[in-house]
Amino acid sequence: MAETPLLQTPLHDLHLRLGARMVPFAGYAMPVQYPTGLIAEHKHCRAAAALFDVSHMGQVRLAGADAAAALETLVPMDIVGLGEGRQRYAFFTSANGGLLDDLMVVRPPAGAGFGDLFLVVNAGRKDADLRHMQTHIGHRCAVLPMPERALLALQGPQAATVLSRLHAGVAQLVFMSGGVFELAGASCFVTRSGYTGEDGFEISVPADHATALAEALLAHAEVSPAGLGARDTLRLEAGLCLYGHDIGDTTSPVEAGLAWAMQKVRRPGGARAGHYPGAAVIEHHLAGAAPRKRVGLVGLERVPVREGATIVDAHGRKLGTVTSGTLAPSVDRPIAMAYLPVDHAIPHHEVYAEVRGRRLPMRVTPMPFHPHRYHR
Amino acid sequence: MTTMYTPDHEWINIEDHEAAVVGITHHAQDALGDVVFVELPEVGRSYKQGEVAGVVESVKAAADIYMPVGGEIVEVNEALRADPSLANSDPLGQGWFFTVRVADMAEFDQLMDPPAYDALLKTI
Repeated sequence: MAETPLLQTPLHDLHLRLGARMVPFAGYAMPVQYPTGLIAEHKHCRAAAALFDVSHMGQVRLAGADAAAALETLVPMDIVGLGEGRQRYAFFTSANGGLLDDLMVVRPPAGAGFGDLFLVVNAGRKDADLRHMQTHIGHRCAVLPMPERALLALQGPQAATVLSRLHAGVAQLVFMSGGVFELAGASCFVTRSGYTGEDGFEISVPADHATALAEALLAHAEVSPAGLGARDTLRLEAGLCLYGHDIGDTTSPVEAGLAWAMQKVRRPGGARAGHYPGAAVIEHHLAGAAPRKRVGLVGLERVPVREGATIVDAHGRKLGTVTSGTLAPSVDRPIAMAYLPVDHAIPHHEVYAEVRGRRLPMRVTPMPFHPHRYHR
Repeated sequence: MTTMYTPDHEWINIEDHEAAVVGITHHAQDALGDVVFVELPEVGRSYKQGEVAGVVESVKAAADIYMPVGGEIVEVNEALRADPSLANSDPLGQGWFFTVRVADMAEFDQLMDPPAYDALLKTI
């Protein structure tokens, strides 16, 4: 197989200057960590503010008066009722009731130049998502990828203090809302959201202004760069799913514990119930038929339990498999996510992870593992 | 030469061949990142050359520790067990893993000397 050269984000040279270790990720060369190391970056995000380059993710505009109704045929969310400037977590469902990707949807202010809906999808699913939307709703609205924009995430308890120095208006945003702000001379779409469990922002910036904005943010003493390694441990502590690991086309949103993201109006009895792929299966699961559930696990010993580890009961019978796991820097214990049969998915229930021939006790634990600190 | 290296990035110092010291190289700890857990062998147990005698884990990954030479484990570094980050901060010193009574010095002589190991690092 021919090797495809890795794509670079607009911040590539900055990463190299900062001494990042670059790794291939979803077809891009991405910084996995900087010289301070993953744990320091993770803790800095929890204590102050961390800057992540997430430009590999897919930014897409949907344009047209029918865009919201069209998107509702692919996601079981209330998009039609999404207010201007409001953001919502969503997922594309498959015909068998699984998940094709998860994404963020925001309705930008009218005439802001970000379409009628502005979407951020996973890097590894970008091409598939674009095809999916083009095929199924391309006749109802324009599906417009935005490769000309970079995406930065500024996350942590000091993120608002820092970003307010560039534009005081961002302080008015609350969790899961967004708007257009001029930052370091560039017109940016800023949402108060993220993937760390902390307060923070995601900033869509024109690619040719991305380095200047990143440098302007890094110039503040509170801000340090953080790589994909810390992003992964932060999101895992926050109990947030990683597509392709914790969720995928064989997990229903109910099994994944994501039913909260489906608004009443799209559920049975709601005014716009169903009419999305896999609705029959998902409604059946909503009614109580989901055979298994995604749970959080905390290790009672200090041995890390990683993706792929088998979870067994006290008699050694297989219950499920770990989908993400690590020794969590802030929680300072092994944490993991796994799918367990519903009769084992009970808080404080003890199960065992098989690691190198040993059975390590773990306790089913409500998530997040580390409390969310969103600005609501 | 008293310190030799393996292709798996372990080092072994043979100053005392009744208790040769084994650890991971600077390159190994750098590639792993922040070390958060080590599994050390049982004192008194004997291993063949190349057998897995321990595990070192960072936040991101786990790696096996292979026996650079066959022999019996004399002592393990309890300070490293208590503070695995010693493998990052001082991999050639306080971050040692265990000591081994070398069964066959010929196995030691077959390992990579410092210039050979440096040459290997240049290919990575």
